[in-house]
Amino acid sequence: MVTHTQTDGTRTWSRRTQKQSLIRWVAWLIGVAVFVFCWNRISEVTTWFFVWDAPRIAGDIFGRATPPRWSYIDQLWGPIWDTLNIATLGTIISLMLAVPVAFLAARNTTPSKMFIRPIALFIIVATRSINSLIWALLLIAIIGPGVFAGIVAIAIRSIGFCAKLLYEAIEEINETQVEAITATGASRWQVMLYGVVPQILPAFAGIAVFRWDINIRESTVLGLVGAGGIGLQLSASLNVLAWPQVTLILLVILVAVVVGEWVSAKVRGAII
Amino acid sequence: MLKLDKLVKTYNTGDQALKSVVLEIPQGQVLALIGPSGAGKSTLIRCINRLVEPTSGTVHLDGVELTRLGSGALRRDRRRMGMIFQEYALVERLTVMENVLSGRLGYVGFWRSFLRKFPQSDVDNAYRLLDRVGLLHMADKRADELSGGQRQRVGICRALIQDPALLLVDEPTASLDPKTSRQIMRLIVELCSERGLAAIINIHDVALAKMFVQRVVGLESGAIVFDGAPDDLTPDMLTHIYGEEDWEATIEKVTDAEEEAAQ
Repeated sequence: MVTHTQTDGTRTWSRRTQKQSLIRWVAWLIGVAVFVFCWNRISEVTTWFFVWDAPRIAGDIFGRATPPRWSYIDQLWGPIWDTLNIATLGTIISLMLAVPVAFLAARNTTPSKMFIRPIALFIIVATRSINSLIWALLLIAIIGPGVFAGIVAIAIRSIGFCAKLLYEAIEEINETQVEAITATGASRWQVMLYGVVPQILPAFAGIAVFRWDINIRESTVLGLVGAGGIGLQLSASLNVLAWPQVTLILLVILVAVVVGEWVSAKVRGAII
Repeated sequence: MLKLDKLVKTYNTGDQALKSVVLEIPQGQVLALIGPSGAGKSTLIRCINRLVEPTSGTVHLDGVELTRLGSGALRRDRRRMGMIFQEYALVERLTVMENVLSGRLGYVGFWRSFLRKFPQSDVDNAYRLLDRVGLLHMADKRADELSGGQRQRVGICRALIQDPALLLVDEPTASLDPKTSRQIMRLIVELCSERGLAAIINIHDVALAKMFVQRVVGLESGAIVFDGAPDDLTPDMLTHIYGEEDWEATIEKVTDAEEEAAQ
C-alpha cells in the first residue's frame, strides 16, 4: 500500500512499509519460538512409551471389535427409538420455548429494550453455556433417570441455540413490509402474523431441522449418564469390554446420524 | 379534508425533518410532493398516518385530529389512509391474494386473519381490484414472482381495498422503468378520480408529476417553498427547490408521441 518515488522518478509500489514488514517478521519469529518451546514442554511430560504403543493397542482393540456382534441389534431397536424420540420431542419443546424468547430478545419486537431484552438474552446465554450432558446429570438428580430427563435436558440445551438464531433472523427482516402492514390499521398481533412471521418462517424451519439434526447426535450420549437412549447400551458394553457390541452400537449411531442429516438437508432444501 | 397545521418533526439525532408545515387538501385532490432527497417528503406522509410520530402540530382528517388518537382509535383511522410504497413493501412470501387481503386487516379480527377466513365481500372486492389492475390471473402467485410494475399494482390494490379516503403514496415509481412509471402514475390518478380519493404523491420525477397532477407542492429542507399548479413551476422555482441546474428540458410539455410510446 505504499508508493515510493525513486531518485530517477519511477514510482515503485510495495504492499507494506518497511516497518510493517519488520513487525510481521518479528511476530512470525516469536510464534515459531513459542511453538518450539511448547512442543518441548509437552514432550517432557508425555510418556512416549504409551504413545509409541498406541498403534498396537488400537490394532488390538480393532481386532477384538470386529466383526460386530450383529445379533445384538435385537436389543438396540428400543434404545435407538428412544434416542430419536428424545431428540425429536426435545427439539419440539425447545422450539416452543425458544420462539417467545426470540421475540423478546429481538431489538425490533421486544416490548422493552431496557428490562425484558436483557432477561431474554440471559436465558439464551445461560441455556447455551451448559452442555446437555451436564443438564442431564442435573435433571437426573431432580426428576430421576430415564427418557424424560433426556428430553428435558435436550429441550433446555437447545433453547439458547434456537432462540439466538431466530432472534437474529427477526432482526434482519425487512421493516418496510412491517410498516406496510401497520399502515393498513392492523393490530399488533396481526402485524406479527402478516408482517413478521412470513419473513422468518424459512429461517425458523431451517433452524428447527438443523437443531434436530444436532440433537440426534447429542441424545446418543445422554445414556452415558443414565438419561435414556442408546448411550446406556454403549456405556454398559464399554464397561464389560464387549467390543463387538460397541462396534455395532457405533454403527447404529452412525446410521441414525446420517439419516438425520439427510432428512434435514432435504427439508432445508425444500424450504429455501 | 386533510389539514396539516404547524407540523414539526425533529428526529432524536436533532435533524429537523419538518419545520412547521401547513397544508390543506380538499376532497378528491391529487397532489404531488416534490423536493430533493432528504427534504422530508417521506417523513411528511409518514407523520400523517403516524408511522412516524410528529413532534408537534396537528393533522386533521375529516375533522378527526389524528395526532391526538390513542392506539386503538389510530388503527381505526389508519384504515381510511391507504399507503403505497417505493419498494412496493409486499410481504414477499405471501401470495398476491393474501397481500391484497392484508389491506383488510384493520376490519377483521385476529383469528379470521390467522385462518385467512376473510369475509366473502372482501374476497369479491379483491378479485375486482386485481381485475381492474390487470392481475387477476396472478392472484395465487407468490408476490416475489412478480415484476416490479406488477408488484406495485398489487400494492395499489392493497391500499384501495382498505376503502380509504386518502392515499399516501411514497415514491411509487422510483424503482420502475420510465414506461412502467407512467403506467403506474396513470393508474393511481385514474383510480383516485374514479373513487374521488385525495392523494399525496411523493415523487422525484418532476416531469412525470406535471403530467398527471393538478397541484404541486415543493418541499425543501422541511419547509414548503412552492404550492401551485404544475404550469407555475418555472426554472427559477425548480432552482429554488432543488438547486442550480438547467431545467428547460424538464418543464417542456411531454409530446404526444412520447405519450403514446408509454401506452
